[in-house]
Amino acid sequence: MASTPEIMTSKPSAKAGTKLSVMKRMRGQKQLMLMSLPIMIYVVIFSYYPIWGWTMAFQNYSPAKKFSEQQWVGFKQFIFLFSDETFLRVLRNTIGMSVINMVFGFVTAIVFAILLNEIKNKLYKRTIQTISYLPHFLSWIIVTGIVANTLSVDGGIVNDVLMKLGFINEPIMWLSKPHYFWGIVAGSHVWKEVGWNAIIYLAAITSIDPSLYEAAEIDGANRYKKMMHITLPGIKSIVIILLIMNLGWILEAGFEVQYLLGNGVVIDWSQTIDIFVLKYGLQLGNYSLATAAGIFKTAVSITLIFAANKIAQRFGEDRLI
Amino acid sequence: MKTKQLRAEPIVFHSFNTIVMILLAVVTLYPFLNTLAVSFNAGNDTIRGGIYLWPRVWTQQNYTAVFAGGAIYHAFWISVARTVIATVLSLFLTSMLAYTVSRKEYVFRKPITIIIVLTMYFNAGLIPSYFLIKDLHLLNSFYVYIIPGLISAFNMIVIRTYIQTLPEGLIESAKIDGAGDFRTFISIIFPLCQPVLATVALFVAVGQWNSWFDTFLYASSKENLSTLQYELMKLLSSSMFSNSNAAVSSSGSAMNAVQNMVTPVSIRAAITIVSALPILVVYPFMQKYFVHGMQLGSVKE
Repeated sequence: MASTPEIMTSKPSAKAGTKLSVMKRMRGQKQLMLMSLPIMIYVVIFSYYPIWGWTMAFQNYSPAKKFSEQQWVGFKQFIFLFSDETFLRVLRNTIGMSVINMVFGFVTAIVFAILLNEIKNKLYKRTIQTISYLPHFLSWIIVTGIVANTLSVDGGIVNDVLMKLGFINEPIMWLSKPHYFWGIVAGSHVWKEVGWNAIIYLAAITSIDPSLYEAAEIDGANRYKKMMHITLPGIKSIVIILLIMNLGWILEAGFEVQYLLGNGVVIDWSQTIDIFVLKYGLQLGNYSLATAAGIFKTAVSITLIFAANKIAQRFGEDRLI
Repeated sequence: MKTKQLRAEPIVFHSFNTIVMILLAVVTLYPFLNTLAVSFNAGNDTIRGGIYLWPRVWTQQNYTAVFAGGAIYHAFWISVARTVIATVLSLFLTSMLAYTVSRKEYVFRKPITIIIVLTMYFNAGLIPSYFLIKDLHLLNSFYVYIIPGLISAFNMIVIRTYIQTLPEGLIESAKIDGAGDFRTFISIIFPLCQPVLATVALFVAVGQWNSWFDTFLYASSKENLSTLQYELMKLLSSSMFSNSNAAVSSSGSAMNAVQNMVTPVSIRAAITIVSALPILVVYPFMQKYFVHGMQLGSVKE
């Protein structure tokens, strides 16, 4: 109560004060400015200035010509993109792999977190967790190398085991079968990230009020009932938020796995937008078309991310990023 | 009836749970152990197949070939150099920027935060970025590994969030003692940020160590700028569909000397181990930091 009048009187004057003394304050903040503004110039050059390059998507860009000599073609590149069979296929692959990765990624991480949470022995739990994060820190080069070894036709463990168990008579060339490709990519993602992705769910599970479990036990609930009625509802909000946020990245199916595991035989199912951009832009020199594809991707992502943020806020949580 | 159910249920569940966990551990660890075994097995013997967890014909030739002073050895040191230099620079600059935007009185606090945060939502894309690197004459230069990724918005926000949890009195008393902002940052804030900096350092270093795409894109024509991951990538793509030792390897010089024993498959296994080893060694010690850091990262604005 006592402080209310003080706030009332000090607020307007403080506001006027800041307006008046910005220059004065800047003079007192020379060191802060020296510490931050050069870095900001760097950020503008590396993150903002390249957006100028988007003009290429509206031209028939030729590196030999100056900017004023470029031929402007309006939306021709974009129109071409959406009539181009390759691009539409690449778009399908990107969305398809993204969705599969997301579904598998979510389900495995949640199941793993719940199962891990049931382990009471600290050392055992910690060991499993340590092992499970490990692949997250390895490069995709190593991981795809491992995947290729594992699925190899001569001596790959998967074919070995399947043959010894009698499921197949001769080794399957997994990486040369177009219809296995999306699954292999999803499997590689799960292998690499399941432990890491589970961290956030584990944290959410630990923050559930223990008295809920105690109450349920008194009511005679068994383990499955507790999981279904306490644990899952307890992490529901974080799952929904993460799911919505991830939808924003739907065109980011990744690049490395598909590029490294893909080959001529599966090309129709393996190429993503990023690979399309790389191939058309830097390898074939069609800079304008590649830039247009890149802009399309960024535009869709930004729209989805902001929409996702809005929806996530409606679920009563703050923005996550 | 009821007691029986109560006793049977945990046993069934725990056995199921244990099986899942052991399966997960095996599926995660087996490829490493297998690669390790192959890397210590003679290349011409590996071709016969049947190497699982233990080498059959023990040899160190594969590692000798890697470190024999050829291209791969050079690439190893380039990888080390880029990781160390970029991590140190990135940590210093990112935390300095984070310190300035943690100062509530700073005039440019808001605009800087907005400009940085926006970079998380979009990027100009591959082609415009490539042209920027080209125009800055960074193509085929070692600096292309260091300069482009120095400031990450995510890391900056994580560090800033941490600085804001430090007691304000520390900074005030430093100021009263006559220290400027730079002195305050260097001698008080930077040392106190050690836990969060450890997390960020891990992320930056792992990213640098694992990176191959920048080499591929910006420096692939310069042999002496190749990195370990890039060498591994070249080996992978050359031998993925031909497991025979006839596959031509790009690391030719290192291999010619010991051709009988070393094949692309075995040398690939050795490089995989060499490039995974630093991470495997460091990461158990970093675990408490990065789990904490993950949680810090999800603390929003």
